[in-house]
Amino acid sequence: MEEGGATKKFLYVNRRAPYGSIYALESLEVVLIGAAFEQDVSLAFIDDGVYQLKKGQSTDGIGMKNFSPTYNALGDYDINKIYVDKDSLEERGLTLDDLMNLTWEDETDNYAEKPSISLVNSEELAALMEQQDVVLSF
Amino acid sequence: MTLHTVNKSPFEANSLETCLRLARSGHNVLLFEDGVYGASKGTRFEALITEAMQKQNCKIHVLLPDFEARGMSTDNIISGIETVDYAGFVDLVTKNERVQSWL
Repeated sequence: MEEGGATKKFLYVNRRAPYGSIYALESLEVVLIGAAFEQDVSLAFIDDGVYQLKKGQSTDGIGMKNFSPTYNALGDYDINKIYVDKDSLEERGLTLDDLMNLTWEDETDNYAEKPSISLVNSEELAALMEQQDVVLSF
Repeated sequence: MTLHTVNKSPFEANSLETCLRLARSGHNVLLFEDGVYGASKGTRFEALITEAMQKQNCKIHVLLPDFEARGMSTDNIISGIETVDYAGFVDLVTKNERVQSWL
């Protein structure tokens, strides 16, 4: 934070599918609000949370807002550490190709577009969680 | 005849499993809201769904608007599952004697 505030490591843990409950949308709102405070932010998608990043969402038929395009904006807020649990994807018959292609621009590398999503195994996810100052669960 | 409705993801709750355990021959099952994830091929619940259709003679339906909202591809629906729209949902409700909701 400005004015000498300390930077902390925040991890947002997303474990719910979109639309069936309000958790996914609320998490995204909080992440975007939090982005204004210039903290070190990571997002994890585990269990049904991986469905939030599914490509091709189209909510015309259910009268709800399709908020999936908003995930594309995360890179512009310097949120580029998005971790997807590989086991959760696999047991749902999904692969990285089924997810939206989220990217960010690396200003230290001539604004090269780089992928934001990393697939991680349980070990890596556990290690990631242990590094955090604050873990927020949705 | 009974219509069973399941609106929770099979990964989040055991509603689908219990529903299929207790549904009797010829019963209808409708997957809607987060329940639609059970209709996709390649999940660890595919065998359970296929068995319910083949061995228990259950008819399984999925509400298409909910399925499409979640970005799931209709090419990837387990074969034998029928898609319905909202009017089809209403038809299922009216043609069955009762509706059992697995919340």
